Amino acid sequence: MAGGKLIDLMGITKKFGDNVVLDNLDLYIKENEFLTLLGPSGCGKTTTLRIIGGFENPDSGKVIFDGKDVTKLPPNERPLNTVFQKYALFPHMSIAENIAFGLKIKKKSKTYIQDKIKYALKLVNLEGFENRSPDSLSGGQQQRIAIARAIVNEPKVLLLDEPLGALDLKLRQDMQYELIRLKNELGITFIYVTHDQEEALTMSDTIVVMNQGYIQQVGTPEMIYNEPKNAFVADFIGESNIIPSTMLEDGLVSILGTKFACVDKDFGKNQPVDVVIRPEDIDLIKEEESALNGVVTSLIFKGVHYEMEVLAGGHEWLVHSTDLFPVGSKVGIKVDPFDIHIMNKPQSEDEEAATPDEY
Amino acid sequence: MVKKFFSRFYLGLILLFLYAPIFILIILSFNKSKSRSRWGGFTFTWYHNLFQDEAIMEALRNTLIIALLAAIIASVIGTCACLAISNMKKIPRGILLGISNVPMMNADIVTGISLMLLFIALNYPLSFSSILMSHITFNIPYVILSVMPRLTRQNAIIYEAARDLGATKSYAFFKIILPDIFPGILSGFLLAFTMSLDDFVITYFTKGAGFDTLSTIIYTEVRKGIKPEMYALSTLLFISILILLVLINRKKDKEHGEKPLRNA
Amino acid sequence: MNTKKWLSYPYTIWMGIFVIIPLFIIIYYGFTAEGGGFTLSNISLITDPINLASLWLSLELSLVSTAICLLLAYPLSLILHGMKLKNNSFIIMIFILPMWMNFLLRTLAWQNILEKTGVINTFLKLLHLPALDLINTPGAIIFGMVYNFLPFMILPIYNSLSKISDDYINAARDLGANSLLTFLKVILPLSLPGVVSGITMVFVPSLTTFVISDILGGSKVVLIGNIIEQQFKTVNNWHTGSGLSLVLMVFILFSMAILTKYDKESEGKNIW
Repeated sequence: MAGGKLIDLMGITKKFGDNVVLDNLDLYIKENEFLTLLGPSGCGKTTTLRIIGGFENPDSGKVIFDGKDVTKLPPNERPLNTVFQKYALFPHMSIAENIAFGLKIKKKSKTYIQDKIKYALKLVNLEGFENRSPDSLSGGQQQRIAIARAIVNEPKVLLLDEPLGALDLKLRQDMQYELIRLKNELGITFIYVTHDQEEALTMSDTIVVMNQGYIQQVGTPEMIYNEPKNAFVADFIGESNIIPSTMLEDGLVSILGTKFACVDKDFGKNQPVDVVIRPEDIDLIKEEESALNGVVTSLIFKGVHYEMEVLAGGHEWLVHSTDLFPVGSKVGIKVDPFDIHIMNKPQSEDEEAATPDEY
Repeated sequence: MVKKFFSRFYLGLILLFLYAPIFILIILSFNKSKSRSRWGGFTFTWYHNLFQDEAIMEALRNTLIIALLAAIIASVIGTCACLAISNMKKIPRGILLGISNVPMMNADIVTGISLMLLFIALNYPLSFSSILMSHITFNIPYVILSVMPRLTRQNAIIYEAARDLGATKSYAFFKIILPDIFPGILSGFLLAFTMSLDDFVITYFTKGAGFDTLSTIIYTEVRKGIKPEMYALSTLLFISILILLVLINRKKDKEHGEKPLRNA
Repeated sequence: MNTKKWLSYPYTIWMGIFVIIPLFIIIYYGFTAEGGGFTLSNISLITDPINLASLWLSLELSLVSTAICLLLAYPLSLILHGMKLKNNSFIIMIFILPMWMNFLLRTLAWQNILEKTGVINTFLKLLHLPALDLINTPGAIIFGMVYNFLPFMILPIYNSLSKISDDYINAARDLGANSLLTFLKVILPLSLPGVVSGITMVFVPSLTTFVISDILGGSKVVLIGNIIEQQFKTVNNWHTGSGLSLVLMVFILFSMAILTKYDKESEGKNIW
């Protein structure tokens, strides 16, 4: 589904005052992919997007677009368009005038512009809104118009800066499907910024997890979820149990003193590591069938599953299960070998965990 | 770079235009010659004489008392009105705010004349209190203009939060709402005070014989020649407010400096 | 917030007594003759050639002053906005500060600058250039108007510029507009409310002034404000004065109605 490199960020560094927002960041974006920059606020994801859009100049590094260096190019000369966080629809123009803005600048013919407005409004399911004013629209509608205004210019890349942040949950979920549909219909590259891991997992072809100005991991949603590179990624993407452990040898790890079979290799012998286990990967079994036993300390009904906390081996295990074990029940813990993910201990706080060449 | 130079140059020219008369007046306050158009050497005489001049001192007192009282009363009336108006529905809100626009948009001369006619119709003597009431009238809109934008929905939310946390109505008002809108009240007060101090037209129509403010004294002196003491007084007023504003600004800048830079 | 309605009563009563009733008194005087009885003669006095001439002159001078103020203030506001000062009140202070020197004295100081032996002509003499006849001309009055009312044009425009979110500018750039187009299509239209407030705040006082023409025009230039002032202070004919004031008010209302047609945002909140 993805072609060659379309955008290449090379060694981007950006400071605001003494605050280093991006530190020597390398990232490439392929043609036709839905790439999500994911991370907590302040991780540098929005700054990365603004540098691609041309609203911010990097202190050092290069932005290559389609083989050309566009680092110094102003936003109006870049073949990409942005959907802004607060929509930024021009309040003094009608919906039609908003959508026509970019086309008028390119001096397109009247009929072409009319057709494009019609087409774009149809694409975002807001036919007949031409003469409304932006402030008469709901948040979700303004959002769609902002997208329509961007895509009529036929950009090669659409940048979206937390576009669903201001919408309520149901609308947000609907818009996620809309965006995937739009992306497939338009066949262009989407670069999407969000702090919402569920949004990222649902829509993306590629997720870039960022923290404190560094890229932590790049990969498909499945890779990021199932094989987190480090504790930060594991913790940020979904809930997980992160337990300091010792790698005894290839295929065998000691977790809280109990030996578990695993599939990871090449960590050496008797090395301290972190083990990541997703709560849904833990099976609660009868006490006598397991080497690691504990007591259920809390139980919450979550709809699809029960969320339990199990105190076992001195650690509070988070467990998701469709089977119910009342508080106080004695249980054994079982994890399949391929559900145990072994990670090296981080070298420092803001470790740089991954570079894009690994995907 | 060239653009920056031109914009600074332009800004400088405009400021020169605005401040040129002020420099002239400051220079005149040190001019030994009584004539405005001749330099007779440097002197402090006018500053010295100023404090002996009963008429000027009296007018200065009148001016300051009227400006201060008018600004305070207008701030109270205006702030109360804003608190009430911010809760009103669209139509009464529009009407009340519309009324406050009348003295802003009306010509000073018409406001002055209409107030004069009112006092005469009521047989109310034209003197200190008639000027004071007139000044309050044209000051209220400045207060409303400064306070109104501060009363936003955010304000109602934090008020409710304070009530929820156990604050009484008056406690919540004095501890939460008032500090929040205080900068607006202060700028409204300063604006009102300045406008009152600088007013001539409305005072001119609503004052009676024998009562003078600085403006009205100056106006009668325009024909026969301004007493140089007046330049000295203006210079003193100007310099003292300049120093005050610089001090306030210094303090503000310090507070600003401590705020962290923007987040990405 | 459950603030009490009664908080608005002092304001409502005050404005009723000191704003609304006085307007009706003016209307009463304007439409009655000296001994009482309805008449239109006070209003129709505006058609007297002398009065009409001074009204036209006032209109001409105030329009020119307003235009000059706009031309000076808009670029200046852009420059001030471009400086991205953290402290807005500093800008406001620079332009309010001169008001702490009495307005009559400041205007009088322009006599020193403009008169035959004044600063400008002395300077011209040094350069061996012919002296200019500046004082007591309509030009001097325009000078005084621009000087006195320029801050009232700068502040609202600056204020409306600083209210324009960077997002709009970024969006325009993103959609392909260069700096000039961004200015023409986005910044300028979004700053119009400030321009409209600025125009009213300069036009109305310029149209109705009698002090500036008194000081800088000698007795040679008579504006409509001077005529009204004389009716009250020297001729003592309040009926005529009120009638002419009414004409002036209607005139102002009419021009503002035209102007606010272009201003979608009213409520007066854009003035500062």
